[in-house]
Amino acid sequence: MLDRPRLYWQCRRGMLELDILLQGFLDTKFDALAVAEQHAFVELLDYPDAILLEYMLGRMIPTDPRIANVVTQIRTPVES
Amino acid sequence: MHGVNHMTIPIRKFDTLVIGAGGGGLRAALQLAQADANVAVVSKVFPTRSHTVAAQGGMNAALANVLPDNWHWHMYDTVKGGDFLGDQDAIEYMCHAAPRLVVELEHIGVPFSRLDNGKIYQRPFGGQSQNFGGAQAARTCAAADRTGHAILHALYQQNIRAKTHFFDEYFAIDLIKDDEGYILGALVLEIETGEPLIIQAKTTLIATGGAGQLFRTNTNARINTGDGMAMALRAGIPVQDMEFFQFHPTGIAGKGMLISEAVRGEGGYLVNGNGERFMERYAPNAKDLASRDVVSRAVATEIHEGRGCGVNKDHILLKVDHLGSEVIRKRLPGIRDMVMTFLNIDPIDAPIPIFPTAHYTMGGIPTNRFGQVVVPQQQGAEEPVPGLYAVGECACVSVHGANRLGGNSLLDIVVFGRAAGNHIIEYLKENRYSRVASQCSIDAAVAHLARWDQRGSPMGSGASSETVDGLRNELKAIMDHYCGVFRTEDVLRAGLDKMLKIEQRLQNVYLRDHSKVFNTARIEAFELENLVELALATVASALARRESRGAHMRMDHPQRDDVKWLKHSLFFKGGMLDYKPVRMKPLTVEGFSPKPRVY
Ligand SMILES: Cc1cc2nc3c(=O)[nH]c(=O)nc-3n(C[C@H](O)[C@H](O)[C@H](O)COP(=O)(O)OP(=O)(O)OC[C@H]3O[C@@H](n4cnc5c(N)ncnc54)[C@H](O)[C@@H]3O)c2cc1C
Repeated sequence: MLDRPRLYWQCRRGMLELDILLQGFLDTKFDALAVAEQHAFVELLDYPDAILLEYMLGRMIPTDPRIANVVTQIRTPVES
Repeated sequence: MHGVNHMTIPIRKFDTLVIGAGGGGLRAALQLAQADANVAVVSKVFPTRSHTVAAQGGMNAALANVLPDNWHWHMYDTVKGGDFLGDQDAIEYMCHAAPRLVVELEHIGVPFSRLDNGKIYQRPFGGQSQNFGGAQAARTCAAADRTGHAILHALYQQNIRAKTHFFDEYFAIDLIKDDEGYILGALVLEIETGEPLIIQAKTTLIATGGAGQLFRTNTNARINTGDGMAMALRAGIPVQDMEFFQFHPTGIAGKGMLISEAVRGEGGYLVNGNGERFMERYAPNAKDLASRDVVSRAVATEIHEGRGCGVNKDHILLKVDHLGSEVIRKRLPGIRDMVMTFLNIDPIDAPIPIFPTAHYTMGGIPTNRFGQVVVPQQQGAEEPVPGLYAVGECACVSVHGANRLGGNSLLDIVVFGRAAGNHIIEYLKENRYSRVASQCSIDAAVAHLARWDQRGSPMGSGASSETVDGLRNELKAIMDHYCGVFRTEDVLRAGLDKMLKIEQRLQNVYLRDHSKVFNTARIEAFELENLVELALATVASALARRESRGAHMRMDHPQRDDVKWLKHSLFFKGGMLDYKPVRMKPLTVEGFSPKPRVY
């Protein structure tokens, strides 16, 4: 289920904002997640783009705490 | 040839193949499916993840719900906004059809925002006027700030209901034709399995969207690699007006996302590396609120002349901190969310680094107002390619001319999606029997497919260190630098040289991963090839056009030149350029003749 190339393609979205955050997260942080968190990320990718954008910009918070947790992690900037 | 033997490639047959599931492709597919045509839609991403979802602002139609309006004024604004390069028959058709298309969308479930009196709300946008250049008009209909999302989802649901056949996550490689030049579908690749499939169809519609990924700094989703335009080029069809690429002045530097004009509207202003508020020099009256092209050019000039900000002097700063925390929190919350998320800075404390960002592809596959792809032939400059259609951002119909007005693109995709659907229905009535694809066209497509199965280090040349990622990054940097806002003969000529080298170096790129299942590296290699074709088209067309018109600004030829350049450019694969006249004659009203574009 957690097949990397497939996930990579699922992170290709209709908006640049989402591409940057989701692909960036997959590249840099996904591997370090606990298995349950990885599954939450996969579930998150099923949300429509317009909702994902609200989550990513912090304007809406997912009701499911597992999804909310992964959104928080995506939103936490990578040190660079 | 490696791996692929075309005798074993499965074939599926349909009346129509639609390549692309954005608003344009889905609107056409719906028209066809509702007329009981057997329609296949292929999309490289799941349909509702098409770039149409990104459109937040809205869609223009002269409904006159808020201020007086009529389609003729809308037509005037569109012709003028496009700096008189748009085809006036197509523009009349679009503006006239607009109100009806909004109502249709509403009927299929698009929740347009409403006024208290129950009518559809309309907001004012730049470039909209009443009475042919008079007071501001309010012409843009929106479903809150999710118009594109609402349109795309409604169209997708309707297509599912009408039994359109979707091939989700299939990547189109090349068109297929017969010996007489009829287009008969395409060779596609199932991304999941890596298996090729020939989708044979009596008619093919390309609706693959724009090519914002040509530039490093752009507002477009990463899927926007202009695949359909490049497929057309490889099939011998030219691309039209590629030199016209719309830049938005305030993209987040290095990232591209749009910072809306609202920031400057609220009092934000631009400063250069010396801390100077430079827009005062370029536009003493309008200053930071001058039109998009003027501000973009000023920003590019400051950077070009060494007055950029940062260690590399490669961006400009948008200052808003002086507005104070309260104003920013209250009036610009969305922008603040965005800047904090992507730059990890709070605009309340620090200025925003910006750079002009590539936003919209005005050029594309030449079509007439029925969506038929048209090319110059002995009989005339616009002869239809039998069986081939194109709509949306990949097409050049041309309603946007040299510069698109905000809100006109969602309109374009639904109006011409529907028109193409209707024309295809007629075509199918007259062409009931399937034609036979030519072996050599299938062979060419299959050979192209096999290109990325080749292994590295070909005879004697040693291992090459070129990679798809590396070359793509170089291409985008070249386009930013040599074919961005700041264009001159020397800059463009250098850009063309560099792009020709990139094209050569592409031959030395080999993939390391030759697996089949979800091999996205292979897909990205095909996308890179497409970008290379289009980058060449864009630079060469821009170099040839020695005038400034709309989005194409030549510092060395700052004036519009209607005597020599009131014409569309056509770029052919291999580098040949041709030109054809602009259609100045509308359908029922009198044409608008060129005059200076002042606002
Ligand atoms: C940030 C932003 C905001 C915008 N806001 C507005 C606005 O407010 N109003 C407005 O009018 N316009 C706006 N636009 C412009 C508008 O959104 C687009 O021009 C329009 O949505 C393009 O629609 P389309 O149907 O042509 O293509 P798209 O929606 O881009 O769809 C292209 C389709 O083609 C498919 N595809 C591409 N290549 C292949 C291939 N090789 N094989 C298979 N499938 C393929 C994709 O999967 C996708 O389904 C905005 C653009 C941006 C970037």
